[in-house]
Amino acid sequence: MDRLKESYWDQVIQPKRSLLDLNLREVWRYRDLLRMLIKRDIITVYKQTILGPAWYVLQPVLTSLIFVFIFGKVAKLSTDGLPMFLFYLAGITMWNYFADSWTSTSGTFRMNAQLFGKVYFPRVVVPLSKVIGGLVKFMIQLSFLVVCMLYYLVFEDAPIVFNWYMLAIPLLILISGLMGLGLGTISSALTAKYRDISFLIDFGVRLFMYATPVIYPLSSVPPEYQKLVLLNPMTSIVEAFKFVLLGSGSFDITNLLYSAGFALIVLVAGMIIFNRTEQNFMDTV
Amino acid sequence: MSDPVIKVQNLGKLYRLGEVGTGSIADDLKRWWANVRGREDPFSTVGTVNDRTSKDGESDYVWALKDINFEVKKGEVLGIIGRNGAGKSTLLKLLSRITAPSIGSISIRGRVASLLEVGTGFNPELTGKENVYLNGTILGMTKREVDSRYEEIMEFAGCTRYADTPVKRYSSGMKVRLGFAVAAFLEPEILIVDEVLAVGDAEFQQKAIGKMQDVSKEGKRTVLFVSHNMTSVKSLCSRCILLNNGTVVINGDTEYTVNEYLKLGKDEAISFKERTLSSNQPFIFTGWEVVDKKLGNGTRVRSKSNFIVRISYLANLNLDFGKIYVAFVICDIYGQVIATAHSEYSGKSYQLNDREGQFECEIKNLPLTGGEYSIMLFCKSSKFGNLDKIENSGLLTVEEIDVYNVGKQTKSKHGIISLDQDWK
Repeated sequence: MDRLKESYWDQVIQPKRSLLDLNLREVWRYRDLLRMLIKRDIITVYKQTILGPAWYVLQPVLTSLIFVFIFGKVAKLSTDGLPMFLFYLAGITMWNYFADSWTSTSGTFRMNAQLFGKVYFPRVVVPLSKVIGGLVKFMIQLSFLVVCMLYYLVFEDAPIVFNWYMLAIPLLILISGLMGLGLGTISSALTAKYRDISFLIDFGVRLFMYATPVIYPLSSVPPEYQKLVLLNPMTSIVEAFKFVLLGSGSFDITNLLYSAGFALIVLVAGMIIFNRTEQNFMDTV
Repeated sequence: MSDPVIKVQNLGKLYRLGEVGTGSIADDLKRWWANVRGREDPFSTVGTVNDRTSKDGESDYVWALKDINFEVKKGEVLGIIGRNGAGKSTLLKLLSRITAPSIGSISIRGRVASLLEVGTGFNPELTGKENVYLNGTILGMTKREVDSRYEEIMEFAGCTRYADTPVKRYSSGMKVRLGFAVAAFLEPEILIVDEVLAVGDAEFQQKAIGKMQDVSKEGKRTVLFVSHNMTSVKSLCSRCILLNNGTVVINGDTEYTVNEYLKLGKDEAISFKERTLSSNQPFIFTGWEVVDKKLGNGTRVRSKSNFIVRISYLANLNLDFGKIYVAFVICDIYGQVIATAHSEYSGKSYQLNDREGQFECEIKNLPLTGGEYSIMLFCKSSKFGNLDKIENSGLLTVEEIDVYNVGKQTKSKHGIISLDQDWK
């Protein structure tokens, strides 16, 4: 009888699944859910505010202005001869995409406990929706950055050189998105079990920014510390982002490969841990 | 005729009792270490069953479900019944993949949609329309499937006019209707439903039950239905599984299984002798009786009569309880509350002066027809909150008398409430 054949059943639920059972086919089947979740996140962000999507731009602008004052005027940190505002804005834009990807996915289990307890769908859709949805915000900020660049180019005669390296931007986005996703999914599993870790993550991500050349160029770091700063996988990404847009900074293939490799490793680790947590998470809340 | 669409084999789920807190990292490590060496999980003591009444289990780990085996054929409507804590919800969670089993396997053929709650994932800021799409895709529909049924869903829910209104402005009834409507238009091969029929207004419940019956009559879809409402189980299900203490006790036709379930309720009345005072139980009920003028002391009263309820207690007087309130709750044998005599209703509170004592309440003109009723006792204090609660503390037998003085007795199919009536 055909029911004895293994292929008769569409699905067998068992205690243990293989380590990296991503079940991409199922995720693909839920692609419409992915789209709805992204839409929900974007709509709800501006439905609850007066300024709406303007916050996407206001937030980095205000941060940059404060940085201009504190780090530029008071501390007089170098910006490699670039207009301070542009320098900080570029750094913040790239950094924020990574940091948002990380922090927003780290709450996956904690924030959705109610939902996860009632209905099944591939849980990985939720962190994916955060990372992909973050792109919308990033694109708005990037366009604003380009507008600012044009302004400085035309009216302030800033030394900005457009170059072909710009084509590498999608790659930089991909690497930082995947790295954020990997670190975020690892964090989400940790926060699901031990709640105090979520405070650590919020705080840690903010501190981590100062270990990344966002408010200072890598070239201003004393040579003996440069290796240390380069260990940070976001260093080469932020540097490259500034290089392709503003012409300052550095574009180092080896360092970028290091970042890509790092992203891949945390992503795989993240998926394994996420898979594990997904199966028994509901028993611990 | 039909092939199995669900096959459950040796299914079991292990839960850890108590809070997940100190020691759990250490336990996790021990478990992990045993796992690495290929040994058996040191915390799963074989033989411990899910029995909440026995407090002195040897292990902190309990099998919420154990050795579950059954098959469901295509087109069947299977009822899953059992008392609270029998493992019904755990079984549903495993079947709908919300949590993974500890041992055993479930094989499934076809798409599964589980309906453990209506309106899952509704976002108050989004409009009705947006929420229909969100909820639909969460339940596993594609956007195109929602597109094709959108009009029907809105009409079924009666929310067409409010499609562009944020759901936060909906009444709670409207939210429930919208949630159920989305679920009702799901078309999976296997549908798992948990008591959602108990929600919404009467008219909508009728609609919902009608929809369920349509689904089950089509014979194309397989439905697993969990409920405490034996009436709807009887009308919908072709077969039932009775769970008790985490195992399948009976797997048979609906009529037989429901009757066994009701018997189980009677047998499980709590024994007052086994209860003792302890540090975290400074007050316990030790029994109750009713005093009927004609029938005397015991558990029997006459319909439409006046009688006294006496509830006895034992308390640790070293504690100051403050004011105490007591309730005598009459439930039907399915556990559904019918009426409550609560000392708070008559503005009466008690101070405990004796270690042992009794509370008394007179109930007048008992408006219940003949039959058996389950009694729940409840006590709270102004200082400590709930002191004791016994859900199934024994049966109260109401004797049928000639209520209306016409030489006829009321029939059970005429309901459980006896009306004061006077036909002109």
